[in-house]
Amino acid sequence: MSVDQYQAVIGLEVHVHLASRSKIFSSSSTAFGEEPNSCTDPVCLGLPGALPVLNRAVVDAAVRLGLAVGSHIRPRCRFARKHYFYPDLPKGFQISQYEEPLCEGGAVEFRVAGESRRVRLTRIHLEDDAGKNIHDASGVSFVDFNRAGVPLVEIVSEPDLRSAEEAAEYMRALRTLVRTLGISDGNMEEGSLRCDANVSLRLHGAEKLGTKAELKNINSFKHVREAIEHEIRRQAAVLDRGEAVVQETRLWDPDRGLSQSMRSKEHAHDYRYFPEPDLPPLAVDQDWIERAQRSLPELPESRYRRYMGALGLSAQDAGVLTSEREIADYFDAASKVCAAPAKKVANWILNEVLARVGDVRALAAADLPVPPAALAELVELVEKGTLSGRLAKDVFGRMWQEQRRAGEIVASESVAVVSDVGLIEETCKQVVAAHPDEVARFRGGQSKLLGFFVGKVMKEMGGKADPKTANEILQRLLG
Amino acid sequence: MPRIQPDEVRTIAALARLRLSEAEIERMTHELDAILEYIDTVKNLDTGDTEPMTHAVPFDCPLREDEPKPSLSVDDALRNAPRRRDAFFEVPRIVPGTGEGA
Amino acid sequence: MASPKVAGASIAELADGVRARKWKARELVESYLDRIRRLDGRLGCYLLVDADGARRRAAEVDATVAAGRDPGLLAGVPIGLKDIFVTRGLETTAGSKILRGFVPPYESTVSARLAAAGAIALGKLNMDEFAMGSSNENSAFKPVRNPWDLERVPGGSSGGSAAAVAASLCAGSLGTDTGGSIRQPASLCGVAGMKPTYGRVSRYGVIAFASSLDHPGPFGRTVEDVATLLEVIAGHDAYDATSIPSPVGRYRQACAAGLGGMRVGVPQEYFQSGMDPEVEAAVRGAIDAIARAGAKLVPVSLPHTQYAVATYYLVCTAEASSNLARYDGVRYGHRTVEASSLEELYSKTRGEGFGAEPKRRIVLGTYVLRSGYYEAYYGKALRVRRKIADDFRAVFDKCDVLATPTSPTAAFKLGERNADPLQMYLADIYTVAPALAGVPALSQCCGFTKNNLPIGLQLIGPPLGEEAVFRVAGAYQRGTDWHKRLPEDPS
Repeated sequence: MSVDQYQAVIGLEVHVHLASRSKIFSSSSTAFGEEPNSCTDPVCLGLPGALPVLNRAVVDAAVRLGLAVGSHIRPRCRFARKHYFYPDLPKGFQISQYEEPLCEGGAVEFRVAGESRRVRLTRIHLEDDAGKNIHDASGVSFVDFNRAGVPLVEIVSEPDLRSAEEAAEYMRALRTLVRTLGISDGNMEEGSLRCDANVSLRLHGAEKLGTKAELKNINSFKHVREAIEHEIRRQAAVLDRGEAVVQETRLWDPDRGLSQSMRSKEHAHDYRYFPEPDLPPLAVDQDWIERAQRSLPELPESRYRRYMGALGLSAQDAGVLTSEREIADYFDAASKVCAAPAKKVANWILNEVLARVGDVRALAAADLPVPPAALAELVELVEKGTLSGRLAKDVFGRMWQEQRRAGEIVASESVAVVSDVGLIEETCKQVVAAHPDEVARFRGGQSKLLGFFVGKVMKEMGGKADPKTANEILQRLLG
Repeated sequence: MPRIQPDEVRTIAALARLRLSEAEIERMTHELDAILEYIDTVKNLDTGDTEPMTHAVPFDCPLREDEPKPSLSVDDALRNAPRRRDAFFEVPRIVPGTGEGA
Repeated sequence: MASPKVAGASIAELADGVRARKWKARELVESYLDRIRRLDGRLGCYLLVDADGARRRAAEVDATVAAGRDPGLLAGVPIGLKDIFVTRGLETTAGSKILRGFVPPYESTVSARLAAAGAIALGKLNMDEFAMGSSNENSAFKPVRNPWDLERVPGGSSGGSAAAVAASLCAGSLGTDTGGSIRQPASLCGVAGMKPTYGRVSRYGVIAFASSLDHPGPFGRTVEDVATLLEVIAGHDAYDATSIPSPVGRYRQACAAGLGGMRVGVPQEYFQSGMDPEVEAAVRGAIDAIARAGAKLVPVSLPHTQYAVATYYLVCTAEASSNLARYDGVRYGHRTVEASSLEELYSKTRGEGFGAEPKRRIVLGTYVLRSGYYEAYYGKALRVRRKIADDFRAVFDKCDVLATPTSPTAAFKLGERNADPLQMYLADIYTVAPALAGVPALSQCCGFTKNNLPIGLQLIGPPLGEEAVFRVAGAYQRGTDWHKRLPEDPS
């Protein structure tokens, strides 16, 4: 395919909605889904005479993000006005950061198909979000300013990504990171995580970057892949025709699976940046940075390495466990108090817990039916041999339904495995006696038939026999 | 050689979303030319590495606590809306993708 | 109960009278409303008179006094507010058609502080559109006439605020000063007016022209009145991130404190050859009087003064082009009747709603901020600005206060200057540098021309040096009675 002769060079500009309670420059609530225009104030409506005042918690969230990705936090940074006209932009400018952003440099580590990747960041800066336009079938549109003034960080990556798949994984990693830090719910569908992609192509081995096109309106991880893949193919076709790629902004249309050039005049991109006169420079001192650093939780990639290393989990399992903060927290809490190996705890979570819990956030809820300590108890019972794997699954089901502890269920209903050797021996003898043909075939070399006998014993004993014991006895009886 | 031409005034007026009549453009070009000539005198001053003075206050940005306060009522927010539909501000149809929005 | 004579009354006198139950707030309000009714048709000071609101407030003040509670420092004092201060429930236009009919849902910090101190707002005062102008001829609604000569301008942009105090249509008023818009009209109208240190008075609720240069401030007949109003409105505001946290000074006290060997600097750049001889004579006379009263005169230099006007018009137009971007017909104000696209909505609305001067400044400001031009123009201007500020910093090592003329001329005739914007801009020559540097500056009357037009003396202090300024101003005023002269009521 012609596409392969080109190397795709991709950089993402990601906007993350910071989950503060009030807006970045004014005190209206940031609550989502409220009645239109019910969360506004003079500042975020851009009324004459209104002035911005910066929210401390917003800065703190951005500082923690910067530290988590190893950025340099500027001791002093500045806000700037970025001008353009649009109905959802109440002041006619956005308050953003231009020449002196809060964070510079840093990198995001993540995995693509098990392989480690590292994408460098150019910068992270703060800005205010615009309101929302709603388009009507008639000749009008409607504007809701609830979202105007909600805090954003913009994370700008270097053009280090090389495929659509990588870009999607990078986005997933950012999502996990901001959720782990507790600074955002990183929800692409709700708009708290958005990205624009800059895509260009060059021949393999070339040093110079090709002309890039910017892609907008990417609203899900799936779109990230599709839009970028489409763009790569589109640019390859242009280059193959001997034409030049035009530097432009293109809007992704997910329904039609293609992008369209946004007709923009020459002056459209002159934002006329200048330092925001209503906000003096922002100082972030060493004390603040140290406190923020100490407050950082264990980060996803570091957890991943710990799970694979010290705990010996597989890459796949470690990946799933670290994909959401709530899952990893649950796993850490359970394995900490569990005498059984962490691997076992992991299996139970991956196979049983995750199958039953709907939203992973429920794992942190107070009314979770099987909290970490309860799971730990169950896994220990299996490890000790009190419960067989099969029995334990049933018990787990009941634990989840009835919100009871394993120990209690086992004690009250004698669910436990029968380890009475005498009883098992009796049953084995009976089963052996009842199947002479199979005995003969077993003795004749079909050693696999052992399973048949074990199964029969288990059936006879209603699944409660300790399989290990049954196995040993049968082997002895069968010779 | 005039410092500014009518076409440039037209471009800037468009950038600033100001509809000017031809007479306004002509007059403004003439006025701005004189003003720009005067303003150009700042170029004569050698400012070396003097730091730009963006603010007239010597302190850093104050910070406020993250406490939500009551918002304007919807009626107050929309009271001055030139055109309103229910709880929304109404504008002529925005064709998605033609805006400059970030 | 004696009816107060309000023509020429001072704020202290009026408030004392209310507190002492010599007269009622209601009576004061009626006296001023009566003067407004009779005289403002000729002067044009008020864009909006809120008689009902004023009477309601007066009744509240009177009830407070009757109940034996403290009605506040400004008890019952009728004041006017430049129509740049957002007033809840009361139309606020900034002198522009683009805000005609705009009724704010919130109140500016300074007008709220005045009301909390017992003052009574009589209405909103006329001004140059968006504070852009030096003659009040740029008001979209009507000009203001100078009470000393109705054919002449009162100055601007706070023309209505200055003229109303001069003509006793209010006891005191608030204006804003970005490049001289309090001091210059004060000078032309023979009243006192002060531009405080930048950040001393909150800008929350002040419709923005140039954010780093806008200074709300008071007008009064006497420097004590100005000091009193300043004490009430000054001080930190959590809603303004450029608001200075330090405690408010004792400005009234400073007015009475005397000169005690203060050093008054006379900057040579403000006394160049070619000055209007009457202005020069009056200002030099005032400086000599100050020396006789005990100050030591020091010749000084502010070497970058020649760049101040150019720098000012680079910085203020850039910021203005940005601050005026919000006027787009979507959320408030004028909206063009027919627009088939967004582009049309914006361009026609703004083209129709803004007057010539805002348009000029928006175009100039947009020009200097364009990429490719920024460093040469705006970036450069910010560096020159620092040099200008450094001039002041250096000079205040050598002296406590500077004395200069406020305006190069006395009031000029309506229509005389507005054909040539550059000529109008050059009138700001003595006032722009202190605004760029953010240092406090006051203008007070120091004489009259042979045509009976007032001349103003400007006193400039170091940052947060309002007290030094008031000391000199108070001492000078005590030795003269310019402030007692009243213009004739217009017939």
